Amino acid sequence: MAGAKLRVVGKAHRKLDATAKVTGVTKFADDLFLPRMLYSKLLRSPHAHARIVSVDTTKALALGGVKAVLTGKDLPIPFGILPVSQDEHALAHDKVRFVGDPVAAVAAVSEEIATEALDLIAVTYEPLKAISSAEEAVAHPEPRIHDYGDHGNLHKLIDLEFGDVEEGFAEADLVREDLFFFEGSTHLPMEQHAALADWAPPPDGKVTLWSATQTPHYVHRALAKVLELPPAKIRVIATPNGGGFGGKSDPFSHEIVVAKLAILTGRPVKITLTREEVFYCHRGRHPTLMWVKTGVKRNGAITGMHFKSLLDGGGYGSYGVASTYYTGALQTVTYPVPRYKFQGARAFTNRPPCGPKRGHGTPQPRYALEVHLDKIAEQLSIDPAELRLQHLVPPNSLTANYLRIGSMGLGACIRKVVEGSGWKQKFRKLPLGQGVGLACSSYISGAGLPIYWNNMPHSGVQLKCDRGGGVTVFCGSTEIGQGSDSILAYIVAEVLGIDPFDIAVVTADTDLTPVDLGSYSSRVTLMSGNAALQAAERAREILASHAARKLEIPVERVVFADRRVFDAEDPERGLAFAAAVQLAEAAQGTVGTVGSYTPPQSAGRYRGAGVGPSPAYSYTAAVAEVDVDQETGIVIVPRIWIAHDVGRSINAAAVMGQVEGSVYMGLGEALMEEMAYRGNRNTVHKFPSLLEYKSPTTLEMCDVVTYLIEDPDPSGPFGAKEVGQGPLLPVMPAVANAVYDAVGVRVDEIPVTPEKVLKALKRKAKGEEPRFGPSTFPDIPWPEPTRVPPPWEGGDGKAIGQKATAATGERRH
Amino acid sequence: MTDPKVTIAFELNGELTEVAFAPHKTLLEVLREDCGLTGTKHGCELGECGTCAVLLDDQPVLSCLALGLACSGRRVKTVEGMAAGGRLHPLQEAFAELGAAQCGYCTPAFLLTAEALLAGNRTPTRDEIKQALAGNLCRCTGYIKIYEAVELAAARMRGEAAAPADESVYGRR
Repeated sequence: MAGAKLRVVGKAHRKLDATAKVTGVTKFADDLFLPRMLYSKLLRSPHAHARIVSVDTTKALALGGVKAVLTGKDLPIPFGILPVSQDEHALAHDKVRFVGDPVAAVAAVSEEIATEALDLIAVTYEPLKAISSAEEAVAHPEPRIHDYGDHGNLHKLIDLEFGDVEEGFAEADLVREDLFFFEGSTHLPMEQHAALADWAPPPDGKVTLWSATQTPHYVHRALAKVLELPPAKIRVIATPNGGGFGGKSDPFSHEIVVAKLAILTGRPVKITLTREEVFYCHRGRHPTLMWVKTGVKRNGAITGMHFKSLLDGGGYGSYGVASTYYTGALQTVTYPVPRYKFQGARAFTNRPPCGPKRGHGTPQPRYALEVHLDKIAEQLSIDPAELRLQHLVPPNSLTANYLRIGSMGLGACIRKVVEGSGWKQKFRKLPLGQGVGLACSSYISGAGLPIYWNNMPHSGVQLKCDRGGGVTVFCGSTEIGQGSDSILAYIVAEVLGIDPFDIAVVTADTDLTPVDLGSYSSRVTLMSGNAALQAAERAREILASHAARKLEIPVERVVFADRRVFDAEDPERGLAFAAAVQLAEAAQGTVGTVGSYTPPQSAGRYRGAGVGPSPAYSYTAAVAEVDVDQETGIVIVPRIWIAHDVGRSINAAAVMGQVEGSVYMGLGEALMEEMAYRGNRNTVHKFPSLLEYKSPTTLEMCDVVTYLIEDPDPSGPFGAKEVGQGPLLPVMPAVANAVYDAVGVRVDEIPVTPEKVLKALKRKAKGEEPRFGPSTFPDIPWPEPTRVPPPWEGGDGKAIGQKATAATGERRH
Repeated sequence: MTDPKVTIAFELNGELTEVAFAPHKTLLEVLREDCGLTGTKHGCELGECGTCAVLLDDQPVLSCLALGLACSGRRVKTVEGMAAGGRLHPLQEAFAELGAAQCGYCTPAFLLTAEALLAGNRTPTRDEIKQALAGNLCRCTGYIKIYEAVELAAARMRGEAAAPADESVYGRR
């Protein structure tokens, strides 16, 4: 397709499911009703940390309308999203680990009766001391929340060294240390999680689960494991997600419970979580304490960086091991860091489990790094935009931690927002109370490695050409509102010269569609897009060969466009696309192809190298403008300018929507969103409701000026890179930097609430350090570092002392 | 145990409808469970998110806070009643065109709330749109495509030949 004019890709399109969504026709999980369907409810723990002494379900079972009651004993096999942390039970087995941990489940003929039955289940608990913060977990190895982990209540400890940072600091003209804290926040999808299970009795012996999940493939795995059924006897269908943002990426208790209840009762069983329960499912942003020390030359060139993070993981593993690595992985992909040391720790605490929220583990360190750089720029008297522009990671290079950079459009992004925002006329020049701040970022376009290590593709597509001219695309990818179904259609339409609306897509059904790993890590456009591209090109090849014979022209001259297949040199000579399919079908039988995508092998070979590699990195720059009221500390953000290097837009309108949505979610994190706790030693969620968990409404949302930078990356389909997560990353640091520009105080803690701004302003007035933020980082029993010489020190991607045959990356079971 | 059902008659999407349901049920539950109209969604069932908004006698109400019984003899409009004669309502058309529906879960409520706004104000300003939609939460779009869609639909409903702005769908060049 090189050099060919694009007819579909890059234009603004409506999505394939747009009509269904605006007419209310789209069936979300809770919209499904089956005959004889039962309703399930979960009994959740009121204790943050307690041993379960006994569970008596007798009275609940005796209630009229109750069909089954489950407890931990009925589902004894543990599960979890990562092979290294299979630490969850569908219903708590021996103990509960957070307020909201599911303990028992009921299936009844109505939701009301199921709820009533919950009150009749008698659970005796023996409360244990609860751990309510990461610092407390560091200080108290006992009582242990889990009996596994690297040290006491520290789930994961990481120490990676890429070159000698002390040498870097010695070479520096300025060495600066800063501490930051990023409070946890949650995804808050508008759709509450819901799942419906059905059971076909033997000889079928098959469970079907419809669920609002971003990862049907991993739910399939977890169900097979916990229910002890062959995967072929389980069908998982991901319903369109009413928002995901990472919050529907784990296999969940409620999914397993309804499947088990359907098997036991022989009836369909549905569960829909209440909004309160959605807060307990959580898996959101890890509260993260960070310390960063960077050495720079007078011109701003980084000579070495040492970064430490401490994550509050909550009660279970979830994606936490990966999240922890991510807090140290992407510091190196924006500005050259010749020597880099990362130490990361994840603590278990008795709070709802944290996991992947949009940006997965990278927004916290990106915020820290970009504010840290803003302070460094000021100390060096360099404009922060210039500081970054002068020190950009070169395209097609390898970083200190062996991440392979392809296309790199950050320079273009910075120039766009600097020019568009009038940065040079505003920075340090606006009246007191008004300010501008700049920040940059980068994000992966899909993880280079799968969660379960294997050599199989990450995404697969089957494509069927109908003799009527329609095409059907089958792919395991999951539509969560980002438009992934439509991406398949645009790409196939481009290759086959037909209209996207001639294409039907069948997605996210483990019986019907080839595996795609799921809608996470911004992987879908690049990976399923490449799989679709391959399948479409193979179909095109088949159709072209038969058409060429019929038209008596060389196959190279066959063009596909406008639902026709014709001669490039004589466009009048050709046939309808449907006729081309018929020709091929008559000649060789049913026309169908497959395509698949496997990311390139990572350059890093050390343990821990599995997190960070990606086929391509997106880049973003943002300038935020703020008004700060010095009396109240209230920060208003009127406008954000943002430029995103997307490689190439497949659907420009959808790309714009992702950028704007990312800015919105970043603004919420910057100013107001936080998981806050109270009571019982800070382990009870303070406000598990949509009213009290503050998120931006139309009245808080800022104006957004968006620039799309299109520098096609050879790894992406038609050059496309990710857009779903990256544009969130620079928002928080840009706002924090703008607050400093406005009133001269540093709020080194997210969210930047009025209370924190006021406290910092008071300190400033008293002549103290004009700052609000953490002041210490606890001592952590770090392990012996894994030393990996960077590429420019002759490294080959392996750790010193690592055996030649050692497995790459994190691999522990 | 379950209360005995009551029957009400009301105008639902332009049609006289009779429906029987347990008397404690909310309008949201009656619509979804007893009328089979699942286009109306829920995000909290506590009146906090706006996701369940429908039009009751042309006014947006939160159907999770309205009792079904209270709707006897009244007019209810849900998203299923917006398209007419096999054609989308101009608001639906504009939402689809601009990508104002991402996951689509909050969309029905936004559409109906916007319809009520445009019924009383043919030329709303951006601020008026923001005010009218301030009770509806959307986590996907950042609201911007929603404002633009309402403005586009309003222009078309005034008879103008409006199209999406280039900057809106391709960014500022």
